[in-house]
Amino acid sequence: MALTEERPEILELESGDTSASTGAFARPTNATGWRAWVFTVDHKKIGIMYGVVAMFWFLWGGVEALLIRAQLFTPNGTVLTAEQYNQIFTMHGTTMVFLVIMPLAAAFANYIVPLQIGARDVAFPRMNALGLWVFVFGGIFLNLSWFLGGGPDGGWFAYAPNTGVTFSPGAGMDFYALGLQIAGIASLVGAINLIVTIINMRAPGMTMLRMPVFTWMILVVQFLLLFALPVITVALILLSFDRTFDANFFNVSMGADPLLWQHLFWIFGHPEVYILILPSFGIVSETLPVFSRKPLFGYSVIVISGAAIGFMGWGVWAHHMFVSGLGPVGVAAFSATTMFIAVPTGVKILNWIATMWGGNLKFTVPMMFSVSLVSMFTIGGLSGVMHSVAPADTQQTDTYFIVAHFHYVLFGGALMGLFAGMYYWWPKAFGYKLGESLGKWHFWLLLAGFNMTFGPMHILGLQGMARRHSRYGPEDGFDFWNAVVSIGAFIILIGMIVFAVNIVRSWLGYKAGTVPQEPADPWDGRTLEWAIPSPTPEHNFDYVPVVTDVDDFWHKKYQPDANGKLRKIADGNAIAQKGDQHPHLPSPSYWPIVLAAALPLIALGLIYNLWITGIGLVLLLGAMYGWSLEPATDPDAGHDGHGDDHGDDHGPDNHDPDGSNEAESVTAEEAPVD
Amino acid sequence: MTDVAESSTSELAYGRTEWDDYHHLPTNTGLTNEKITMWSFLGSDCLLFGSLISTYLLLRNRVGPATSGPTAADLFDIPFTSVSSFVLLMSSLTMVLAVTSIQRAEMERCKLWLLTTAALGAIFIAGQVYEFTSFYREGLGFTTNISSSAFYTLTGFHGVHVSLGIVMLVTMWALVSGGQLGPERAETIEIIGLYWHFVDIVWIVIFAVVYLIP
Amino acid sequence: METVAASEEEAHEEHHDHGLSDVGYIKIALILGVLTAVEVATYFWDFGILEVPSLLILMVVKFQIVVSYFMHLKFDSKVFTYVFVTGLILACAVFAAMGTSMVFWQNPSGCDLSAFC
Repeated sequence: MALTEERPEILELESGDTSASTGAFARPTNATGWRAWVFTVDHKKIGIMYGVVAMFWFLWGGVEALLIRAQLFTPNGTVLTAEQYNQIFTMHGTTMVFLVIMPLAAAFANYIVPLQIGARDVAFPRMNALGLWVFVFGGIFLNLSWFLGGGPDGGWFAYAPNTGVTFSPGAGMDFYALGLQIAGIASLVGAINLIVTIINMRAPGMTMLRMPVFTWMILVVQFLLLFALPVITVALILLSFDRTFDANFFNVSMGADPLLWQHLFWIFGHPEVYILILPSFGIVSETLPVFSRKPLFGYSVIVISGAAIGFMGWGVWAHHMFVSGLGPVGVAAFSATTMFIAVPTGVKILNWIATMWGGNLKFTVPMMFSVSLVSMFTIGGLSGVMHSVAPADTQQTDTYFIVAHFHYVLFGGALMGLFAGMYYWWPKAFGYKLGESLGKWHFWLLLAGFNMTFGPMHILGLQGMARRHSRYGPEDGFDFWNAVVSIGAFIILIGMIVFAVNIVRSWLGYKAGTVPQEPADPWDGRTLEWAIPSPTPEHNFDYVPVVTDVDDFWHKKYQPDANGKLRKIADGNAIAQKGDQHPHLPSPSYWPIVLAAALPLIALGLIYNLWITGIGLVLLLGAMYGWSLEPATDPDAGHDGHGDDHGDDHGPDNHDPDGSNEAESVTAEEAPVD
Repeated sequence: MTDVAESSTSELAYGRTEWDDYHHLPTNTGLTNEKITMWSFLGSDCLLFGSLISTYLLLRNRVGPATSGPTAADLFDIPFTSVSSFVLLMSSLTMVLAVTSIQRAEMERCKLWLLTTAALGAIFIAGQVYEFTSFYREGLGFTTNISSSAFYTLTGFHGVHVSLGIVMLVTMWALVSGGQLGPERAETIEIIGLYWHFVDIVWIVIFAVVYLIP
Repeated sequence: METVAASEEEAHEEHHDHGLSDVGYIKIALILGVLTAVEVATYFWDFGILEVPSLLILMVVKFQIVVSYFMHLKFDSKVFTYVFVTGLILACAVFAAMGTSMVFWQNPSGCDLSAFC
């Protein structure tokens, strides 16, 4: 399936001045209303939509988590049946990994990376929209299973043969296998797009080692996605073939080896762990220097250790399989590599602490979330090192100790970083800050609830409470800590409600004028996104920034004086660009969403009726041709400098009567030289 | 193209370079976005075929209970597959000739080589269809045993790649014929050529490790 | 890297300077054909212990030739090489490790291949 995307990319070459306009249909032209969002190719709108959709799934994944905790509140819980429990914990994991943290990182990557490298958009704006819509439809498809016979019930890791038709006869695992393939296509499209953007579209002077750390981490993550996704795609295809076409890959009665699935899954699954955490590492590498008012300690070391994590992440996957019968040599080898990978991670943590050391710390909400990432992730990292010791891991496997570990790295690490990013970049995206006092309530409730939820799980795990069991007996002695854990989970819920209230109140206040409009540079920032107005104008930069340093914007504001002491030489808001230019932007398009809609049709057909697949394939092919024959930039759209109209109106609806149309049609006739 | 170097002399903090048309922006590497895209995709595809080939190698001799039929390797017709491998190999030559001819603006010749490449690809696919059919007649269905599932999945995936390549080549031929793709966009053909050659090198690997190594 | 126009021109020139002529490509194809013939010959004649290594070497050489000449990687920007070769090496290393683990380490006592293949 992965190969279906490259046609549009190839054929997207036509643009403007020499080729005939071959678009078969009119293009979307709305600059406002829902069409302006659904057909947009603007990386900022796409980023915001990624964030909104991911937060919706976060709500749903959170409800699933609360159902689990309600079930385990007391011994012999009766909230869920065992079957329902299996489905709920499977979808909690799948949702949080694939539909929450990955797309939230994609939201930041889409919104922030082009701004940090001084680009007007990503390399392929329509592919960017395609990635978003494929992700949206993939998520909907995955969750359709709830209405069509029950959710997937084999765990987010879906170990075969437990997920074969024999042991999981419902359609749930089909939705899992096909839904994740769709989501994988979304991530692959996005990954290639961002790789090309970062390699090719940096502002003049921004060499690789002058790139902001967030952009660096996103680049590493996109390479991990690029190389890890095909592996899970193959694993999921094998599983789908087993389930749909009676293939024998995981059929043990025919002599299959169940470890094949585990290897393929974790070859993807371990790089995936770094895919989830590195964006947050990037975010705090931006916020800590800003709020410590010091440059990042050891910029190049942080970058190199990030890249090293990316590489070493490929050599540790079997530590998820220590008790699977890997054999002593394999266990020893992967044990050693796992211990090594703690080194670059530890280097980063030391660098962050050294960044804060002696700094003029400002405990704003984003700073508090960032600091909590450093501390909470360290706890999770330490229990991770415990797992690398295979004899200890043998005791901890499949207990709540593991659950505690990965929630400390994914909630305490990844999510805390993402919240830091939300508070930090909110003024850039929307023009106002989120409320500081409600933000602090949000933070403290979340931190307290988080530690109350996942801290006691260490104890429960070491006491021997097993994961994925829908109930425990009163004689097990797990009741007290389970009650604490469940109360903690509901404190997290309260924290998230505060967050929602904060968003609504700040937004209403902004509209009513009580929450101030923020200037370009509200935090005294260091990177290029603060050199343009808040909220970001549609075209990002009026002029291409020319970069001469790491943290270039900071150096435009602060320079050492004769005594070597740092002096402020300019105000960030004064030297920021004005956002008053109206350059020619990539044009919106219908095709990304049409193409994306074909994929769930194909997948539904594979489960229910191959005729639906046929319809989906026809739609897919039609959308691909429609896409490739449509110029990436509408030649009928307005060009720079024509008219004095307002930026918002300067979209594709702005027909350009004296523009290049005539010239284009002339050259198009000349084009076939032969 | 705007000279970006001059802009650093601007009085403003940030340069004054005007944006050019979005799709004619200068790139940092001097390479086009599209070509980097294709090479990244091919790098990614290495992992896809790596997974499929290693799955086949791990499973190729697993037939399970005695009643579950032959392995694919028992039925290989090496002389036949050698011919179709040779056909695919030669399609790489015609592909490269299509690229050089469009670079020299020899459009008629380019069209001819594009069609020849697509035809050679189609012959290869026809050979694969024949091979699958004869294997099936000899009792090796997709669900017969683990080895057969792995064999058909691996070679089938390669066949799908080739078929998509054929669709792209025919589309290119139509665009060149219709005058919508001129020599100024020779790189489009070159990029499709990269995909085509990649499909060929994957077959070089499959032919050696799946068919020839006993 | 910043003198964009210049480097673009360079890349362009390089391309035309170093790409092969049509005759050159035909020669390459002939070499590939001969190598394939040698590969197929291993099926008809017994090469003994040399069979597997020679097939693997021939495979790598053919792969290398197609990638360097037909795909221009030898003459093109190093960026392409880095992206592609990273994927290639990663694939080889990871799946070699997976195969080793499943074929040898899982069964440390005997290394009896027939039981696992």
